[in-house]
Amino acid sequence: MRIDVEDLSWGVPGKTIVRDVSLAVEPGETVGLIGPNGSGKSSLLRCVAGLRTPTGGRVLYDGVEIGSWPARDRARKLAFVEQTADTESDLRVAEVVMLGRTPHRSRWRGPDASDHEIVAAALERLDLTALADRPWKQLSGGERQRTHLARALAQRTAGLLLDEPTNHLDVRHQLELMELAGGTPQTVVVALHDLALAARYCDRLVLMHRGAVVANGHAADVLTAPLLREVFDVEAEIGRDDLGHLAVGYREPVRR
Amino acid sequence: MGLVVLVVSMAVAVRIGVGAGWAEIGRAAGGRLGLPVVPLPRLLDSLIWDLRLPRVLLAALVGAALAVCGAVLQSVTRNSLADPYLLGVSSGASTGAVVVVVLGFAGSQLGITGGALIGALVAFGLLMLLLRRTGLDSSRIVLTGVVVGQLFAALTSLILLSSGDADSIRAVTNWLLGSLASARWTSVAVCAVVLAVGLLVVWLCSAALDGFAFGTDTASSLGVDVRTTRAVLLVTTSVLTAVAVAAVGAVGFVGLIIPHGVRFLVGPLHRRLLPMSAVVGAVFLVWTDALTRVVFAPLEVPVGVFTALIGVPLFLLVLRKRGEL
Repeated sequence: MRIDVEDLSWGVPGKTIVRDVSLAVEPGETVGLIGPNGSGKSSLLRCVAGLRTPTGGRVLYDGVEIGSWPARDRARKLAFVEQTADTESDLRVAEVVMLGRTPHRSRWRGPDASDHEIVAAALERLDLTALADRPWKQLSGGERQRTHLARALAQRTAGLLLDEPTNHLDVRHQLELMELAGGTPQTVVVALHDLALAARYCDRLVLMHRGAVVANGHAADVLTAPLLREVFDVEAEIGRDDLGHLAVGYREPVRR
Repeated sequence: MGLVVLVVSMAVAVRIGVGAGWAEIGRAAGGRLGLPVVPLPRLLDSLIWDLRLPRVLLAALVGAALAVCGAVLQSVTRNSLADPYLLGVSSGASTGAVVVVVLGFAGSQLGITGGALIGALVAFGLLMLLLRRTGLDSSRIVLTGVVVGQLFAALTSLILLSSGDADSIRAVTNWLLGSLASARWTSVAVCAVVLAVGLLVVWLCSAALDGFAFGTDTASSLGVDVRTTRAVLLVTTSVLTAVAVAAVGAVGFVGLIIPHGVRFLVGPLHRRLLPMSAVVGAVFLVWTDALTRVVFAPLEVPVGVFTALIGVPLFLLVLRKRGEL
């Protein structure tokens, strides 16, 4: 699926949080959204997911504006994983993943055999099969994150939006998750803090600063010392590690 | 299984306190159904058919309605302490009903129900107005609900004291605490129809209610039309609460106690939680009412007093479990 964002702005009264963002994501592409805290990544993702109504501009899925789409139609095209989505409920892992089937189910019927198959496959893919019956409260942060991702996969959408999916994950699961996000035929937009991880697994990086896009292109063109200084206020060295992956090193911040 | 327990409970509850055996109850019911049975003495027949049976049926219906309301509100507000009574909705319904009674339409069940409904909706509206900045799933919802409840309780007292004579104050006060003593077939009919429709409506929203577990953004990304679904659910719970309050007064804590217990039995998914809450809520109130009749006999103690005695410790237990006490 193709996602187009045209001159999108969004904010709360008295504060613009996303400013005139234009962005095109090609079918099957994995785009990494990077930028400091408060740069508008999460808000942009929420607008693209249709959870916020833009104050200006528009979002198109496969060339069709989503402005007036019913939530159910959006949810069949695109899944969204929030940064932290917690619950007090005693749902079990498989039940949370089954929530992903919500937009495909009739109100009158419970989950059918094909729903259970899809959930089982999603659990398998995220290494959660053994935890299927575990209650939410007993999961670690990383297990919760993976459960949400499995839920998004069970939604069987052409597009996937992930907000900081690697938070709370150990290195192994970070790599596995990003491999999955980069390898899936789905169109993926993922907000990330870890620049090296973003560079390694994303086809393209979009750098945001104060609500606007300041760079958009290949990792090597976006992760440059001058840009990182301007946006993140750090002195960085960009090089290659021994495995040939792009690596970012930081100098001690200058105290002012 | 649950339904069998319910029917047996109701049958036993009809017998408790009537001073009649199974045979008499069978004869009373059989006579009405046109079966060839020996008719009962008129007084006993009337006692069973006009007083006891509607009372037990109404207890079941109100218990079911309140338990379902609790389960729905707990999901919508993402707060395990939500309950129509604690959120002030029952108090709003009481105020509405009392206004109608004071205005002189006390004889009309539909009028009282209508008044209660308006009161319940006003209370809900006020609650949402007060929470408009923080959102409905704010942790402050119970606190705000208690404040709203207090306001409406004060209004009710004011209306009563400024207009009623001593006798009607006493009667209304008893009813406000939640009493099944005045159960009649008309309120049974109203409750049964509303409960059937309300239960179906909320049951069809089961998937949405499950989706609310992780907040409105996740629910919306799962295809739930949050605004519409919420409005439908809140209006439905208001209607159910209003009908229950109009019939028997503000019986508290049923909506808090039952869904918690039922989650232990069938888990948190609403497709099963809602119907089971209805059945268990019905059984619970039938038994509580039967107990209040027996324990305090010959005194007529409002059933709401008893549910509160059971509910308050449970409320504290939930608070403790959440680490807020």
